[in-house]
Amino acid sequence: MKTRSPDEFLQTIHTLAVKIGRRVRLMEVCGTHTTAIARAGLRSTLPESIELVSGPGCPVCVTAQREIERMLLLARRSNVIICTFGDMIRVPGVDSSLEQERSRGADIRVVYSPDDAMHIAEEKTEKEIVFLAVGFETTAPGIAATVLEAVEKKIKNFSLFVSHKLITPAMEAVLHGGASIDGFITPGHVSVVLGSNEFTPLAEKFTIPCVATGFEPSDVLEGIAMLLEAIAEKRCGSFIQYVRAVKPDGNPRAREILFRVYEITDAEWRGLGIIPQSGLRLKKEFSSLDAIERFSLPQIPPVELSDCLCGDVLKGNIHPNECPLFGQACTPRTPVGPCMVSSEGACAARYKYGG
Amino acid sequence: MCLAIPAKVTEIVGVDAMVDILGNVRPTKLSLVDDVSVGDYVLIHAGYAIQKLEAQDALETLALFEEMGAALNEDTLA
Ligand code: SF4
Repeated sequence: MKTRSPDEFLQTIHTLAVKIGRRVRLMEVCGTHTTAIARAGLRSTLPESIELVSGPGCPVCVTAQREIERMLLLARRSNVIICTFGDMIRVPGVDSSLEQERSRGADIRVVYSPDDAMHIAEEKTEKEIVFLAVGFETTAPGIAATVLEAVEKKIKNFSLFVSHKLITPAMEAVLHGGASIDGFITPGHVSVVLGSNEFTPLAEKFTIPCVATGFEPSDVLEGIAMLLEAIAEKRCGSFIQYVRAVKPDGNPRAREILFRVYEITDAEWRGLGIIPQSGLRLKKEFSSLDAIERFSLPQIPPVELSDCLCGDVLKGNIHPNECPLFGQACTPRTPVGPCMVSSEGACAARYKYGG
Repeated sequence: MCLAIPAKVTEIVGVDAMVDILGNVRPTKLSLVDDVSVGDYVLIHAGYAIQKLEAQDALETLALFEEMGAALNEDTLA
């Protein structure tokens, strides 16, 4: 059995950094990794030549501003109860947030699971329950399963505001955008669903290594060591550090349920713009559960939050502390952009843990 | 938001299960995983089991988790 001592992985990392002998930039594309790396203070333990940069891995952060504005329009409807995962409610809109709408009387509830939202719909039959379906491939299958159950139970007052994103097209967009990335710490729990094979075409196309990595400090260090080993040996491909949970083929059943309900479509990302085939929408047979159609929500023109550099943070162009507002006008208590709101946002993690 | 945590299945009725997450009992859906029995370990994300785990792997993750002194709260579970 492999040793799991963080110190030994660190030693390997330092040896490999010398062997590689140049600057190496590794990107993580998962908010849970962003937090784990910051919380454990891993950056300061790495050789100077090894740079860890955050990418578009926090679902709340990558939600386009005009999607936020449309969620706010929904929240203002008097017969609607909005159910959402927690981080979404403080994301600033141009002149409001879900939290502010709530203080003005809107019914907005934080749920732990889409299933909880469906139960609220069963209880509050006189209201329309809208679940904000945000998240990557880890989260979408469970929401798809909830949709199937709601249809089976003929629950009529339940719908979804769908804003799901797919991680692989975003990784590709980051590389196409010219960010110099030598390897990806691929998201562990997205990989549980997709499997490590999902990243093989990208790894080969851009000749870089990807390593599906777990979330404990020793996992992350081992993942980094594996990436450096591949870089030193000029190997590309998609590898697994998080063998406890990730299989090459992932969870085919979860994907089958996901694609029974959703189909792939173009999606708009904060900072990255519209990325072809990078989002999900409900299939035609489930379109009656689409809140945008049910409430005839208008399209709204693109909007940007002035001065916030989240877009550049998400593309890996800058570190959070390079934003002039970081820690000054923008703190977790007075967040200017979503990367400071979400507990998994790169700005919030850097503010809270430093590094 | 993509956090997931190992849990032990304590009760199953159809696709509805109760699981023990570090001593807390919570309802979980089993619709995304095959062949899970009482006593098995699964990885839970936002109220759904997304993978079956070998007991040894689940216990190893939990041990690493506890080493970090991670507190179990809604944030951890979502
Ligand atoms: S520090 Fe605040 S304003 Fe600057 S990029 Fe991060 S969230 Fe946006």
